Amino acid sequence: MTAAIRPSGVRLSGRARTAVLQIALLAAVFCLTAWLIGNVVQNFAALDKGFGFSFLWRLPANYDINQTLIAYTSADTHLRAAFVGLLNTLAVAAAGIVAATVLGFLVGALRLSRNWLASRLAAVYVEVTRNTPVLLFVLLWHAILIAALPAPRNAVDLGGVVFLSNRGAHLPRLVGGPDLWLLLLALAASGLTAFAILRLVRQRGRHLAAAAAGIAVFAAFLALSGPRPAIELPELRGFNFAGGTTLIPEFVALAWALAFYTSGFIAEIVRAGILSVDRGQGEAARALGLGEGQTMRLVVLPQALRAIVPPLTSEYLSLTKNSSLAIAIGYMDLVATLGGITLNQTGREMEAMILVMGVYLAISAAIAYLMNRYNARLGRIYG
Amino acid sequence: MKKTVFTAALSGALFLAASVQAGTLDDVRARGHLNCGINTGLAGFASPDDKGTWQGFDVDFCRAVAAAALGDATKVRFTTLTGKTRFTALRSGEIDVLSRNTTWTFSRDTDLQVTFAGVNYYDGQGFIVPAKLGVKSAKQLDGASVCIQTGTTTELNLAEYFRIHRMKYQPVPVETFTEARGLYLAGRCDTYSTDASGLAAARASMTDPSAHLLLPEIISKEPLGPAVRQGDDQWADIVRWTLNATIAAEELGITSANAKEMVTKSTNPEIRRLLGAEKLQGREGLGLSAHWALDIVVQVGNYGESFEKHLGQGSSLKVARGLNGLWTDGGLHYAYPFR
Repeated sequence: MTAAIRPSGVRLSGRARTAVLQIALLAAVFCLTAWLIGNVVQNFAALDKGFGFSFLWRLPANYDINQTLIAYTSADTHLRAAFVGLLNTLAVAAAGIVAATVLGFLVGALRLSRNWLASRLAAVYVEVTRNTPVLLFVLLWHAILIAALPAPRNAVDLGGVVFLSNRGAHLPRLVGGPDLWLLLLALAASGLTAFAILRLVRQRGRHLAAAAAGIAVFAAFLALSGPRPAIELPELRGFNFAGGTTLIPEFVALAWALAFYTSGFIAEIVRAGILSVDRGQGEAARALGLGEGQTMRLVVLPQALRAIVPPLTSEYLSLTKNSSLAIAIGYMDLVATLGGITLNQTGREMEAMILVMGVYLAISAAIAYLMNRYNARLGRIYG
Repeated sequence: MKKTVFTAALSGALFLAASVQAGTLDDVRARGHLNCGINTGLAGFASPDDKGTWQGFDVDFCRAVAAAALGDATKVRFTTLTGKTRFTALRSGEIDVLSRNTTWTFSRDTDLQVTFAGVNYYDGQGFIVPAKLGVKSAKQLDGASVCIQTGTTTELNLAEYFRIHRMKYQPVPVETFTEARGLYLAGRCDTYSTDASGLAAARASMTDPSAHLLLPEIISKEPLGPAVRQGDDQWADIVRWTLNATIAAEELGITSANAKEMVTKSTNPEIRRLLGAEKLQGREGLGLSAHWALDIVVQVGNYGESFEKHLGQGSSLKVARGLNGLWTDGGLHYAYPFR
């Protein structure tokens, strides 16, 4: 190969050779890709099959979805069904990420505890969660929820407000009341008030004052905003609970299994992060008279976060991608709707799969972007 | 570097080779066996026996096609498919015939690029409920949780049925019958909805079948039949006439027991043409041997034999022939003439 690219005895410099090789490699990859795409197009033509996305809005989905965060009926389009599926993916990923983070930080800190029992228990937790395939957890938690909870007729009654059955957790919900935009406005106003107090007041107890003021503003807004929201309680009607809102067992099992599995990894990341902070930092803080909690909160953790956030980002990404295991227990996420039923009913494998992959890529990119911004901010604050 | 180019060229060439489709019959003969897509497990249609051999009504059809194409009903490799994976498997060439209680619908025939070879089972969608639920009609199912196999026509019928009756339900999607059975017995769903034949199989598989009821409503028409890839007319003809031969054999009274005898003894010209004793015009053009139908009947049996063995009185399902009887008995099966 090298002989071929040595014209008239002039030896190419190392850099030139590398460049030529890279260009050749790039050309090869390009040709191969073009080849594959060409073949797909040719095969599509042979099958008399066009390539296009219009099936998404031209055809009604005709199937129902078991958890709809926006209004949806089977008469809606495949596009809307896909969007409902996407929201289900986002919901379960968000719930999983929050739970995994809380659990992970807790277990990570416990592992470093000087209490022998606590640190051993945490170690066992980490080993069990990290070393078992996540699909097993998904199936296990789903089976536990279905088998352990009673049928709706014998649902576990928590004060007549919340009911637990093998059809899910039946919770009360707010109906009527002010419009959503008014609620958001009230929330924004109360947040601003609290923020202003935190910024302007520099005395002890300002956190409490800010919280109190925030709640007061929110309550005042609601009091002045006309119709009072009513609380609708879940109630047994026929076979199932009607009224209120229901967290289906598939959602709970999936979110919890993902959180359970990922929290083991996060715990180790947190432990490594804390250990990466020089011991002298903690000793110096205690020498200054700071307590255990203050040392952790004000001195160690801020520095540890610099080491924690980058690997934490990749755990968040894995959790989001693992949420596609939803299909194993019938939670209708993006893969089950667009990548499953829609694909099957319309026969558009290529288009549906391209879209599903594109959406996962976009979600992952968004999470990575936000986490990188957070990390950069930590860098500016703590250097 | 050379390696990369070589690999690229190789994979490119392989891709090209895969995209050129020879006739399915030639492929099957060159391979020496038929690739047939069946259910992952549905009593009566496709389920492994205690020796691990696949048995069932749909399995028998695969064997009949192998007998016609290869002269040997045992030369079949079975691929188990879910409702969702079946059409992709067929279109991609992974299987030659799809024999997996598949409903013949307009959009599947036209939009999914498959060709249905006929109907071998007339079915309709119903519901099974635990007797203690106290439900007597599907119209009382408002608010119920319904286990439903995803990627099927039943999923669509269910949505439509509840929508037009202004009832609510919560779908619990499952991939296989086994999964549905588990969730149904655990009480995750109040009812399981699928084709009536599947419900009979489901009921027979319960420890106490009498504790479960089939609701009277049949909410759809489900003509089930074998399907092949679109674009190979010769292969579609072979599969279509295989089905037709099994029905014709029953009409003409040819069974696995008497078929060989009939070749020499029968004086009925249609029987003689079917069994290869007289010339059947067009058979050679289709690429079939003279004894193709004889092979089917001797090795697999006629339509009625297969039905009774796997679904009817010879099975635990005890399904009546009903719509699946011959037209002469008030059923819908009517063989086209072998002439």
